[in-house]
Amino acid sequence: MDALVARYSRPAYQQNELFSEEEQQDLCETQPPLSLKFAMPPVAHPSSWLRAATDDRANPSCPIKIAHGTTTLAFRFQGGIVVATDSRATAGNWIASQTVKKVIEINSDLLGTMAGGAADCQYWLAWLGMQCRLHELRHKRRISVAAASKILANLVYQYKGMGLSMGTMCAGVTKEEGPALYYIDSDGTRLAGNLFCVGSGQTFAYGVLDAEYRYDLTVEEALELGSRSILAATHRDAYSGGFINLYHVKESGWEKHGFNDTNPIFWRTKLEKGEFSNVTSDFNEDDSTRV
Amino acid sequence: MEDDSGHLNSLARACLVSLQAEAPVRVPRRRQFKLQLPCPAIGNDENRASQRNLKLARTTAYHPSLTKQSAKMEVLLGITGKDFTIIAASKAAMRGATILKASDDKTRSLNKHTLMAFSGEAGDTVQFAEYTQANAQLYSMRNGTDLSPSALANFVRGELATSLRSRKPYNVNLLLGGVDPITHKPSLYWLDYLASLAKVPYAAHGYAQYYCLSILDKHHHPDITLHQGIKLLNLCTDELKRRLPIDFKGMTVKAVTKDGIIDIEFDDDKVVKMA
Repeated sequence: MDALVARYSRPAYQQNELFSEEEQQDLCETQPPLSLKFAMPPVAHPSSWLRAATDDRANPSCPIKIAHGTTTLAFRFQGGIVVATDSRATAGNWIASQTVKKVIEINSDLLGTMAGGAADCQYWLAWLGMQCRLHELRHKRRISVAAASKILANLVYQYKGMGLSMGTMCAGVTKEEGPALYYIDSDGTRLAGNLFCVGSGQTFAYGVLDAEYRYDLTVEEALELGSRSILAATHRDAYSGGFINLYHVKESGWEKHGFNDTNPIFWRTKLEKGEFSNVTSDFNEDDSTRV
Repeated sequence: MEDDSGHLNSLARACLVSLQAEAPVRVPRRRQFKLQLPCPAIGNDENRASQRNLKLARTTAYHPSLTKQSAKMEVLLGITGKDFTIIAASKAAMRGATILKASDDKTRSLNKHTLMAFSGEAGDTVQFAEYTQANAQLYSMRNGTDLSPSALANFVRGELATSLRSRKPYNVNLLLGGVDPITHKPSLYWLDYLASLAKVPYAAHGYAQYYCLSILDKHHHPDITLHQGIKLLNLCTDELKRRLPIDFKGMTVKAVTKDGIIDIEFDDDKVVKMA
C-alpha cells in the first residue's frame, strides 16, 4: 500500500509541477530533438497572437516591446575575423540597458552576435552552443562554422512566421575552412561572406567599413576599423550606443579586445583626429553652425 | 397654469419639429467655396491655384510625409571645404518603378554664387526651385545686388514654412550651397519639407544620409581643397553604388567658388565591387 501511495503522490514542493510525467520525459529525452518543446499561449493561433502583441511598428501601443536596435559587425580579413558590437538595448524609445554583451561566446573558438530580440538571440545561441558541444562529443571533433550556422538556420526556419526576431552572425576559424563568417536571420536567410553589418545602425557602419576595407588589413588596422565603424553607428543611430565590444577570432580561438565606453572614444577621435566636424565642443555657439 | 401651457407649448413645438423633419426638405448643395490662397508672388500663380482647387476633393492627408521609396532613393550630397561648396545630385528621374530620364539635373542656381539642389515629390520640386530662383533673381534686378547664401537660405525656409501651413504644402527637400560674395566664406544649408534649416559642413538627403554621413563624419575636415572634396564625394558615391538597391544613374556635380558656379566632370561609369 505504501509503495502504491508513494508511486502516485508527490511531495508538497512538487504539487505545482505543470508538466505531466509524459511531458517531462519528452523534455528530458537523452537525445533532444532538433527543436525543443515550448508551452504555447492558450489561444487559437499563438503565432498571430504574438505578432499582434509585439509588432510595435503596426501598433505603437503593443503590450510587449521587444528589444530591437543594435549595431553589430563582423568581417573576414587576412588575420582572421574581427567582430564588433555596440551594447545598447532599447525597448521602443526606452534605453533598457547600455551594457549588453551582444557577442555571444558559443565556445572557445566560435562567436555569435546578437541583433533583434535579445531573448531570442541569447536563448538560441546558447542552444546552438549546446548543439555544437553535442556534435563534438558524438563525432570527436570540433564542428565546422558552416555546420554550426546551418543548425541555427534550420532551427529558425522551423519557427518562421512565429515571431522570432534575430539577425546574427557566426564567426569562427577552423583548420578546414580558415576564417569563416555566416549571416543568419530569422527569415531563414543564411549567407557566407566577407563582411556583414546587422542592426538599425548597419548602414552607418557599412559606410565607414566599406570605404577602407581590404582583405589584407593588418590585425591592428582591422581592429581599429571595426571599432571606428561601431563608433560611427553609435554616433548617428539613436538605437545604438553604450560600449564598443571588440573581438578578434583567430585559428587558436577568439581573443577579446575590450569593452570600451563610446563617449571618451568619440571625444578623443574628434579632438585628436579632427573628425566629426559637424559637432562643436564650444559652449558658446560657434559661427560654423549658426544659421 | 403657466406651467401647463408651457408644457403644451413645448409639446406643440416638438410635433412641429417632427412634422418638418418628415417633410422632404431641400438641402441646398454645399457651395463650392473659392479660395484666395497666398500664392507665390510671380510666375505660375494661376497654374498652382487651379491645381490646388482640383486637389481639394482628394486631399486627405495634409502633410504626406516623404515616405515614398523613390523620393528617399534620390541622392543629394553637399560638402563644404576651404573655399568652395560642392553640391551633387543623382541623375535618375524616377516615377514608380520606372526611370524616366537618366540625365536629370536636380539643381538650380539662385544667383551667381548660390546653388540649390532639390528632391521630393514630382512636380513640387522643380516648381518650388524655379519659384525660389525667380524670386532670388528678382531681388538681384531690383536692388542691383545679390542676396547672400544665408539670406537666401532663410528666405527659402520662410517660404517652406508658409507652404507647410497651407492647404497643399510643397513636399521638397533641399540643399543650398554657396560662397559669400563679400567674405568668400563657403556655406551649406540643409532644409527639409518641414521647413527645418541647418547650417552644416556636409549634408545629405534621403537614404544617402544613412550611408554617407558616417563616411563624412570620419573623412571630412573643414579646410579641405576642392580636389580633396571631390575625392570625398567619390568615397560617398562608391558606397551608394555598392549598397543602394537601385541604380541612381550617376551624379551631376557642381561646385560653388568665389568665381561662381562650375560644372565638375564626374566619372559615373566607374564600377564598384562589393567587399
